[in-house]
Amino acid sequence: MFYDAGKIFTGLAIFLVGATFPFWYAMAAGKTAYKPEPVFPTSTSQCVESTEQMIAGHMEILDDWRNEVVRRSDREPIEINGTAYPKSLSRGCGNCHADQTQFCDRCHEYAGVSPYCWECHVEGD
Amino acid sequence: MAASRRDFIKLAGFSVAGLCFGGPTGCATTAPVNGQGTAGKRWALVVDLRTPCPEGCTACMKSCNLAHNIPQWDDIKHEIKWIWKEPWEHVFPEQVHSYSTAALRELPVPVLCNHCDNPPCVRACPTKATFKTASGIVAMDQHRCIGCRYCLAACPYGARSFNWLDPRERLEEQGAALSRDFPTRTKGVVEKCNFCSERINDDASALPYCVEACREACSRHGREPVLHFGDLHDPSSPLLALLRESGANTIRRKPEIGTRPHVFYLV
Repeated sequence: MFYDAGKIFTGLAIFLVGATFPFWYAMAAGKTAYKPEPVFPTSTSQCVESTEQMIAGHMEILDDWRNEVVRRSDREPIEINGTAYPKSLSRGCGNCHADQTQFCDRCHEYAGVSPYCWECHVEGD
Repeated sequence: MAASRRDFIKLAGFSVAGLCFGGPTGCATTAPVNGQGTAGKRWALVVDLRTPCPEGCTACMKSCNLAHNIPQWDDIKHEIKWIWKEPWEHVFPEQVHSYSTAALRELPVPVLCNHCDNPPCVRACPTKATFKTASGIVAMDQHRCIGCRYCLAACPYGARSFNWLDPRERLEEQGAALSRDFPTRTKGVVEKCNFCSERINDDASALPYCVEACREACSRHGREPVLHFGDLHDPSSPLLALLRESGANTIRRKPEIGTRPHVFYLV
């Protein structure tokens, strides 16, 4: 039918097996796609913004806080419903999200991002 | 209606004339340059050497090291120094002559970043990682430091240290309890005294750690403290009174190079 059909179809078969190998491998290892499950604090359900906004924009908020605190010496805490949140990764975020491995890392690992915050900032107790 | 050339020139003429009569007065804004709480302040430190430090006292250094997660290295090439003591002849070489006594030459003098009005380190920094705040502090933004060490070369007082090795590892190795209130640094960035800007901005009555520790240590020795801290822009500040009314000679390190240090020594 085709010229060199045997070689072409063998090549295609090898390619298909190779290209889909990660899927087969993950299935065989029983490790399929997962959803990151960060552990939320039980003490409170309130954060400085809504959950959706925090998921999408926490990095911008942290950047703004960094610029305000470090460069403009503006350390005025964020006040929401009578609770004052210091603009600090350790003392602001860390007060509720005490364990970085249980919260931050869960999504960061899933998304394949590795921010270097904790190379300097000391995580919660 | 389309403006004629004549109308346009007239309008332009009136506008220029308007500028001459106090037009742009609104341009002189009084807004603080750098955030609130610090505007109009000028933090400074006075080292009162009229009675030298109690012998062997390291209270200022210890409390600073603890609060700012500063590691201690055995090799002096790796040393990280924010506040430390240096013999008089090194701090004020121009004040020493052939007839100076050994006691004066070796007198331990506390030294730290001078938070100059005209800081050469700020001028040298290519990334603006080191900058001057509105309240006069020469501050550092470790996020921006690229470790080029131009500032180390520029500082005439040797008040900057470079992290040749990972400070966090060293602190953990020494079993030091890390302070959560202040980040550690990473390998490859420069650091220096920050006049405890994380602390004094929160509360005007709060003092830098070294000054607080000095007060405590000196009161245990039943004497006046060596380190004093305050706002030189506040006319009622005790620091200003100390500089102006103590009757002592007030000197600064290397005044001839024009950096205008804000660490003053009473002698």
